[in-house]
Amino acid sequence: MKNGVGVAQNIVLFGGTSDIGQAILRRIVKPGAARLVLVSRDIDAANIAVADLVGRHSDLDVHHVRFDAADADSMKSVVDEIAGEIGDIDIAVVAQGLLNEGIDYWNDPSALVGMANVNFTATMSLLYSLAGRMRSQGYGKIVLLSSVAGERVRRGNPAYGATKAGIDGFALALDHELEGTGASILVVRPGFVATKMTAGMDKAPFSTDAASVAKVVEHGITADKKIVWAPGLLKWMFAVLKILPISVWRRLPL
Amino acid sequence: MVTQRLSGWGRTAWTVSEVLSSTDPSEIRTAITSAGDRGAIARGLGRSYGAAAQNAGGLVVELTSEHDPMGIDAVLDPTTGVLEVASSVSIDSILRLCVPRGWFIPVTPGTRFVTVGGAIASDVHGKNHHFDGSFGQHVRSMTVMLSSGETVELSPESNPAWFWATVGGMGLTGVVLRATIQMLRVESSRVRVETQRLADFDAVCGAMGKDGDDSDHRYSVCWVDLLATGSSMGRGVLTRGDHALAAEVDSDDPLAYDPRLRVSAPGWVPNGLINKWSIKAFNEAWFRKAPAKTHVGLESIPAFFHPLDGVNKWNRLYGPQGFIQYQFIVPLERTDVLRHVIETFAGAGVASFLAVLKRMGPHNPAPLSFPTEGWTLTLDMAAGTKGLAELLAHVDAEVLDAGGRHYLAKDSHVAPSAVRRGYPRLNEWLATQEEMDPAGVWRSDLARRLGLVDHRRNR
Repeated sequence: MKNGVGVAQNIVLFGGTSDIGQAILRRIVKPGAARLVLVSRDIDAANIAVADLVGRHSDLDVHHVRFDAADADSMKSVVDEIAGEIGDIDIAVVAQGLLNEGIDYWNDPSALVGMANVNFTATMSLLYSLAGRMRSQGYGKIVLLSSVAGERVRRGNPAYGATKAGIDGFALALDHELEGTGASILVVRPGFVATKMTAGMDKAPFSTDAASVAKVVEHGITADKKIVWAPGLLKWMFAVLKILPISVWRRLPL
Repeated sequence: MVTQRLSGWGRTAWTVSEVLSSTDPSEIRTAITSAGDRGAIARGLGRSYGAAAQNAGGLVVELTSEHDPMGIDAVLDPTTGVLEVASSVSIDSILRLCVPRGWFIPVTPGTRFVTVGGAIASDVHGKNHHFDGSFGQHVRSMTVMLSSGETVELSPESNPAWFWATVGGMGLTGVVLRATIQMLRVESSRVRVETQRLADFDAVCGAMGKDGDDSDHRYSVCWVDLLATGSSMGRGVLTRGDHALAAEVDSDDPLAYDPRLRVSAPGWVPNGLINKWSIKAFNEAWFRKAPAKTHVGLESIPAFFHPLDGVNKWNRLYGPQGFIQYQFIVPLERTDVLRHVIETFAGAGVASFLAVLKRMGPHNPAPLSFPTEGWTLTLDMAAGTKGLAELLAHVDAEVLDAGGRHYLAKDSHVAPSAVRRGYPRLNEWLATQEEMDPAGVWRSDLARRLGLVDHRRNR
């Protein structure tokens, strides 16, 4: 159960090794948090990443659930397994994702399927499973890591942008469906975030780090926002970028 | 049945439940016996600050009768002062009915807008705890509907275990339907109040402590200025009172009772209106308002007992993020803890609009009843205060280490361990609770957070 000072007792992180996911945990795991579930393919890596957090909260009960982020069919049973272990899910952070930077889709278009499965298809299935659970709980918050890349899909990584555009729209509409149930979804749209996912890539303008994204997310949860941007300035930038005519958009050095 | 978003009076931790508003026992029976696996809980006027009377995803039975066209569902025996009353009736209604006939409610919390059912479930106390104990001690008997749908008559004589498990049991043993209460004889509707300014914390403790003359007065409470630092740290205004005799009241009708019309807080208030600076100004004015020399005067019942009821929906003043009320008790000899807690909050700049200190009398037989011999300090603070979770966790540990405890009717944040440590008779209560509710139907968001009924069902 969440408490009156905004602390969630039961927290689940999907994509247990995600840098942004971990950074969010560092902000929202506070005195009063009781159970944490790390859901990932690689349990050891997830464990190492939360070692400092667990060290600081000695009474935090940490659970592990293994999942295949590409397997849409298994998502309902994964959520059931988690609920079986900890009961109600107060906050679920959905942070799994593939960037597939450097993969040559011209030669290997089938690689698109794997990305779409993780970023879009299986995530849709996961969001429905979580939302269903939270709707029957009468409360609960899903934090979905989307991206500004979905706001206007650009060349460079059209596949990534398209999956984010898809899941972003899906999550907002699902949140609309959840109105009045107590459950809700926070869509997080970071710009370029320096993490292990983006290691080696050139930094884009207005780049940020995982800790800054996490701070914005914490505020979004407290203030019950629908969408948050990181950094916040991107909201206004994309308000403009979104409506630029194609001829102008394509000339931008993005 | 309507789907409704609910919170406590503090307006935090909202959740959605199915709400049945009814005082009809057969309707209530049907609803609770067909409640789903998220269970059910009773709710009155929603004055408990935290999540005691809400049930996320489950059933909430709301028993209130403020606008009952049949009038107040209560019968007073004017010679003995025994009141037979429906649990949905508020103390406000009881006072309107009884004060003009010379009977007063034996225990009232700081608001009269609580139902009898809620007063029993929270075992509320008032400014007279050192003198009269808490609400449950004045209940002669009650009718309780169990989760099976069966109704039972409970009294301290006929079934002490079930009776005292229900007193202070936070609604987790059954729905109180009716109660019989022994009222208190009064000659007037006025209170003779002695007001005394106290320059610092030592003066406060001295005046209310064993050496003081607290026991000479039925009512006693001290407002404390949490923001005063240095030599005036913990300064306060002590008020003590007794019901005035008819002869003291200059009126043809000394029992006339007329709770004043109330003003409402505006519908929308931004977060942060109540802050360190506005409270500092208020505190200074409040302290200066009290006469420098001890002063005795007559006050009305609403002015003395229910000052906050003067502003309708005052809980909105904290803005949309809401507020929490923090009330704990520490043993009498641990004034050091009180002092340290006050210093901690003052040092962290946590502003409290309301900070009151009271010396409590002995405990009653109810395992989960809050009051016990010691000092109780009550503060409220904006829920959005930065670093509040960490600060409270620190203070919680200090209170528990000193052998203290937290008041569940006000709690909105403590960890399950706080109940285990603060209430040594918890296991005894759990055993009785299971006896009364073998199917594990009763549950609230508070119970979920504290793991009170999870030993049987947590799904």
